[in-house]
Amino acid sequence: MRLRLKGLELRGVKSGDAVDRLRREMTAQQDRYALHEGRVAELRAQQRSSVVVAADGGKQKELPLAQVVDAYRPNAMGPVAKSLAYAGNVWEFVADDPRESNTEGGVFPAIFGTVMMVLIMSVVVTPLGVLAAFYLREYARQGPFVSAVRIAVNNLAGVPSIVFGVFGVAFFIYVVGGTLDRLFYPGALPTPTFGTGGILWASLTLALLTVPVVIVATEEGLAAVPRGTREASLALGATKLETTLRVVLPAVMPSILTGLILAMARAAGEVAPLMITGVVKLAPALPIDSAWPFLHLDRKFMHLGFHIYDVGFQSPNVDAARPMVFATTLLLLLIVVLLNLAAMTLRNRLRRRYATGAI
Amino acid sequence: MAVANVRISVPSREAAGPPISEAPMVEIEHLSLWYGSKLALKDITMSVPKHRVTAFIGPSGCGKTTLLRCLNRMNDLVDGVRIAGTIRIGGTDVSDPALEVTELRKRVGMVFQKSNPFPKSIFENVAYGPRILGVRSRSDLDATVERSLRAAALWEEVADRLDDSALGLSGGQQQRLCIARAIAVEPDVLLMDEPCSALDPIATGRIEELMLELKASYTIVIVTHNMQQAARVSDYTGFMLLGELVEFGLTRELFTNPRDPRTEAYITGRFG
Ligand SMILES: Nc1ncnc2c1ncn2[C@@H]1O[C@H](COP(=O)(O)OP(=O)(O)OP(=O)(O)O)[C@@H](O)[C@H]1O
Ligand SMILES: [Mg+2]
Repeated sequence: MRLRLKGLELRGVKSGDAVDRLRREMTAQQDRYALHEGRVAELRAQQRSSVVVAADGGKQKELPLAQVVDAYRPNAMGPVAKSLAYAGNVWEFVADDPRESNTEGGVFPAIFGTVMMVLIMSVVVTPLGVLAAFYLREYARQGPFVSAVRIAVNNLAGVPSIVFGVFGVAFFIYVVGGTLDRLFYPGALPTPTFGTGGILWASLTLALLTVPVVIVATEEGLAAVPRGTREASLALGATKLETTLRVVLPAVMPSILTGLILAMARAAGEVAPLMITGVVKLAPALPIDSAWPFLHLDRKFMHLGFHIYDVGFQSPNVDAARPMVFATTLLLLLIVVLLNLAAMTLRNRLRRRYATGAI
Repeated sequence: MAVANVRISVPSREAAGPPISEAPMVEIEHLSLWYGSKLALKDITMSVPKHRVTAFIGPSGCGKTTLLRCLNRMNDLVDGVRIAGTIRIGGTDVSDPALEVTELRKRVGMVFQKSNPFPKSIFENVAYGPRILGVRSRSDLDATVERSLRAAALWEEVADRLDDSALGLSGGQQQRLCIARAIAVEPDVLLMDEPCSALDPIATGRIEELMLELKASYTIVIVTHNMQQAARVSDYTGFMLLGELVEFGLTRELFTNPRDPRTEAYITGRFG
């Protein structure tokens, strides 16, 4: 609403019906907010009650009830109840939001952010890498220029990831994001929309980081397609494009997927470039929600790798957070394995379909 | 007519034999080809008659494949090739750079020396050419695939596994698949580069029968190392040596009464 008001102001409308209506609406909303705030404060004040927990050895501790999340007595539980409680804890870890500045609760937003970032990255890096590889090997005239590009691509794979992060900030966030903001969201300035870190920029940065992997894998796949296979297609009167799309592309699909697997594994574990391109300790909202347009690529997000760093080394109570660190690490590894397994199953299915060589 | 009862006669030194009186399908005039600076075809002039089987024989590396690949412009794909001379197929000049090579290749099919099935299913391999030609209807494709596979003597072996990968076939089966793939588009001219080199006598016999059937409607050019085969299936034979077309003429005459001593030496096995 404030944006609409600002938009009107920008267009030079200083008064009139529209502005008045918006102003009035805004006051109404503010009143409602104040009302709710008052209710919350009241409720908080009512939560005075506390429990006294007695432990073996006569120690007693008084806990305000408002701070108790969960209580159970392990010694009094049977194996079934114990495993239920255990499963409940695991579920809480995987599916809940974090509490107490990340040292308690779950890591669901971080899982979500990690997976979504890797998926966006895959969607970007696959066409980019595949097109580049096809151009380099099938269409470009082999010469010093192509060799230079190839060397550059290979070197790109060795550049420290933080350098990619800096590039992401300079190029994606300031140049691309800044331009987008000026063009499409002038009402929100000076608060940036795309001109600040976000899941899109982080994913694009990672896509740049991993594109050499996809290019190299695809090029190797292309080199393995025999010349005779291409000639067979051309001899049937197919054009070069038809040959590329119908014969060569399916034949290199397994190699492309191999490249993608390696890229995904690398991207899921990368933290350094993300820290400056959009990852945060605690994101207020997931990048997908029910508010239009459902997919918010400009939002900051949480990431498991960064979560490990944050909880393990930046949290106020490092010792209390240790189990959290271990569990998160395990989870990150599991996710990487899962993503890889999915891609590998797909690749093997493709392989089985085409390449059972008995010549 | 086997090689064994070739008669030795006094050779005349005419370049490539008398002109052929039948209607030509392919006319080659003063064709020379260089790979870089290496001359691979030396001033070849000949014509391939329509609806006949024409065979090329000659020792390995003499340029048979190169000559065949000139006819459907496959040599365009090789870097550093230079071609001089003219080739006309069905009256059109195919050495014209403005020619649509894809149209030419749709009319001039090729079976390669080394079998090269696509990494696709058996069905898709054979259906590839018709699909490129724009055939979409599944029933048409089914019919074409079956007809082509039957013609290539492969149908019985693969009828129940059309959706399996073509790379799972044996070498000889792959070669027959490539033949089926080439005839599926019904080209005017069919170039076959040693199509039977990986085949057993039964399959070879079947392919030879196929050639005799097909020549009623197609013009077939075949390269073979098997002189009995050349003698059995071809109407005309050319003998090549070191990029030169030494002798070209009716198969019967070339084998029974070669005019060049080099031809005679080769077909009697004293050479190469
Ligand atoms: N792509 C190429 N680049 C350079 N030289 C080539 C190329 N292809 C063939 N040649 C040369 O041209 C000559 C003729 O080769 P070609 O393949 O036509 O022989 P061929 O008669 O088909 O032999 P074979 O019976 O062994 O198949 C050979 O000396 C060969 O080395
Ligand atoms: Mg050859």
